[in-house]
Amino acid sequence: MKRVAVIGVGLTKFGELWETSFSQLFVEAGAKAINDAGIDGDDIDALYVGNMSGGRFIDQEHISCLIADHAGLTPIPATRVEAACASGGLAIRQGVMAILSGMHDVVVVGGVEKMTDLVTEKTTQTLATASDSEWEAFMGMTFPGLYALIARRHMHEYGTTREQLAMVAVKNHENALHNPYAQFHTRISVEDVLRSPLVADPLRLLDCSPITDGAACVVLASEERAREFVDSPVYITGSGQASSTIALHDRRSITVADATVNAAKEAYARAKRSAGDIQVAEVHDAFTIGEILAIEGLGFFKIGEGGRATEEGETAIGGRIPVNTSGGLKAKGHPVGATGVAQVVEIALQLRGEAGKRQVDADVGLAHNVGGSGGTAVVHILEKG
Amino acid sequence: MSCVKVGITGYGVYIPRYRIKVEDIARVWGSDAGAIKASLKIAEKAVPALDEDAATIAVEAARNALRRAQVNPEKIGAIYVGSESHPYAVKPTATIVAAAIRAEPHLTAADYEFACKAGTAGVQTCMGLVGAGMIDYGLAIGADTAQGAPGDPLEYTAAAGGAAFVIGREKLVASIEATYSCTTDTPDFWRREGQAYPRHGGRFTGLPAYFKHVYSAARGLMDKLGLEPEDFTYAVFHQPNGKFPRVVAKKLGFASEQVEPGILVDRIGNTYSGSSLLGLAKLLDISEPGDRILVTSFGSGAGSDAFSVVVEPAIEEKRSLAPSVEQYIARKVYVDYASYVKLRKKIRV
Amino acid sequence: MGSIPRFWRNMQSRYNLIGRRCTRCGEVYFPPRNFCARCRRRGKLEEVQLSGRGEVVSYTVIRTPPEGFERQAPYVMALVRLEEGVMLTTQLVDVNPEEVEIGMRVESVFRKIQEDGEAGLIYYGFKFKPVEE
Repeated sequence: MKRVAVIGVGLTKFGELWETSFSQLFVEAGAKAINDAGIDGDDIDALYVGNMSGGRFIDQEHISCLIADHAGLTPIPATRVEAACASGGLAIRQGVMAILSGMHDVVVVGGVEKMTDLVTEKTTQTLATASDSEWEAFMGMTFPGLYALIARRHMHEYGTTREQLAMVAVKNHENALHNPYAQFHTRISVEDVLRSPLVADPLRLLDCSPITDGAACVVLASEERAREFVDSPVYITGSGQASSTIALHDRRSITVADATVNAAKEAYARAKRSAGDIQVAEVHDAFTIGEILAIEGLGFFKIGEGGRATEEGETAIGGRIPVNTSGGLKAKGHPVGATGVAQVVEIALQLRGEAGKRQVDADVGLAHNVGGSGGTAVVHILEKG
Repeated sequence: MSCVKVGITGYGVYIPRYRIKVEDIARVWGSDAGAIKASLKIAEKAVPALDEDAATIAVEAARNALRRAQVNPEKIGAIYVGSESHPYAVKPTATIVAAAIRAEPHLTAADYEFACKAGTAGVQTCMGLVGAGMIDYGLAIGADTAQGAPGDPLEYTAAAGGAAFVIGREKLVASIEATYSCTTDTPDFWRREGQAYPRHGGRFTGLPAYFKHVYSAARGLMDKLGLEPEDFTYAVFHQPNGKFPRVVAKKLGFASEQVEPGILVDRIGNTYSGSSLLGLAKLLDISEPGDRILVTSFGSGAGSDAFSVVVEPAIEEKRSLAPSVEQYIARKVYVDYASYVKLRKKIRV
Repeated sequence: MGSIPRFWRNMQSRYNLIGRRCTRCGEVYFPPRNFCARCRRRGKLEEVQLSGRGEVVSYTVIRTPPEGFERQAPYVMALVRLEEGVMLTTQLVDVNPEEVEIGMRVESVFRKIQEDGEAGLIYYGFKFKPVEE
């Protein structure tokens, strides 16, 4: 496919941001991205935003309108996209498609979620709407429970160990130490993970990404117009998106994320790249097992080898393919709708050489975002100009 | 009484898995377990799981009854569920059963309450409807998850369980020769609307209540049929504890070999509306064609329904189509008093 | 938490494991669907009652329960593949969590799934317990 330039990036700190409202989050991230791009507000043609559940988290739908309004960007077209935890990635793809279609030249794409205005029980209830409401959640299933089912089956089929899962969390916390925007700046050990309270056997508290407020934003431009604003942008060279069954019990396989495999296939084809070309990746570790499934489904490692690869340090900074240098969803935080956009921000920073102490040497990167227990997946490939 | 031979086409039971021992209750209240066990003649009782209630018990028993009855559920023309722990004060348990056994929609249904004899009241109603030719098959169920107030003597016996009977004219495992009832307004045990636990008249629950009605109904049935205790293979009575049924049986003239096989209360407690029906089911599990069984229920308030049941040849092939009473009794897990209190929701949260 | 009309529409599926089978391709759906995912407009779906027998494909123990399930926690949730080939999500009962194994044979029972507080509706449906050998 033709390339789409990323000319600006911005994000808020991720965490429990009691003093910051939903609108403030988006405006802050958006302003940073626009500053970074060096464009003027009047240059923006359209706005896309990923948000999972304004309706339940803050009693607010019509998010697109709210954001355009509070950003002072009316009357441009504003569109909200939703696919549970993949909302951000979907918004990126919508922005890419808007530019490649020729409809727009400069598009702002953001993701935002305000999760802490509700008590924890109501927040987890809202997150459960990403699963099958009548036949999974209603029966007593929880989100960690779904990933726990996947983890146990993966351990049964491939011999993945409890310790290997823990190593995903340890690595991501280590990486987050160097990410000023991350929610957690704490080093943890495998023992810490294995001693943390059980949430849904075999998954423990430290296997699970947290509840987080945050927003992230990028400015995308057509290749033709990009050079008006920046000298050497990074580019989105591939995009893939795929759907699968909403309920885990209807999947073809519990342990192979078909949506990820299919989305990756499309992205690699469009970018004319293969898994071996990827040098840095942000993948969807809502739970530690999620990262294992991701690095297998994306083709970085054979199915069943993800645990071993993690254990042997292949996905650490300095390893063969550094994964989640930002700290991942686990340590950076997971403001649901923002995550997919924040992943693209991290890859862009890496390709630009602006990743500080977590910098790796990479020309080609990948962002991978999943909705629910695997019902949606979206993959973007980015490369240096 | 009836010209048409009416009886039991199929029967089924359900007893929950958990048990609590008398010792574990007595310890908490500082009572003498040995004395209680000796006077009530009970060792342990059945306790329902958090996700069980009279409706789930009724459904499991009904499904077992249908397995033995071998009848298309759409042919069931009436369902009556008797309980004193219906899940709803208004909204029948019987319709939940109807949906769960796929008997909807061409039937009549209602719930009964008459303390521990609500199940046998349902049997009598079905006998009438079937005998009159108004329906082909009726389903009568007695099921309860009874509650005893913490520290009250009833706590040792109030238990959970149920039995279901498909009443019909054909494919009978046992025919019901006759039924006879004795009913008076006797306030021995009651629960007011909105109250969590029942209250009772202490020793008043004995002679003026249980013994008077059970004796009168059983004796009245025998007189009506011109029969005496020796004409029966077994006699089973409502079992509020292990003492009462043995005392009334002796008073009526039954020998212990006729009575002991039907006694279940020592191992599962008083299952209220399920009690005498579970006893009947146990006897059907072990009896032979030609055996005659006297069944007498008792419901506080008060009344007794007596039945003379004659076992038919079809029992031999149908008996093994569903789990027996003993199989359910053997399937058990003990809980302590704290777990018991959580399971019975005696803690208000 | 639940919706009355939605629960009522699903009652036969929840009480009696009523699913659908496509007469064109044979695919069995539980919960029932209105559209065969394989044949789409060319498919024709008929009602089918599932046996209620199956085996455990994976399981977990829920320790942080959702609203309405607090008293039951910790409880076992499992993916069960039925004899007919479909898989469903269900609670496992009458079993200690330590005894559950992948491959364990289970059968359906009728239990309370949840209730809408003390004054709301009681939602009944299927759960599964180990087959006793």
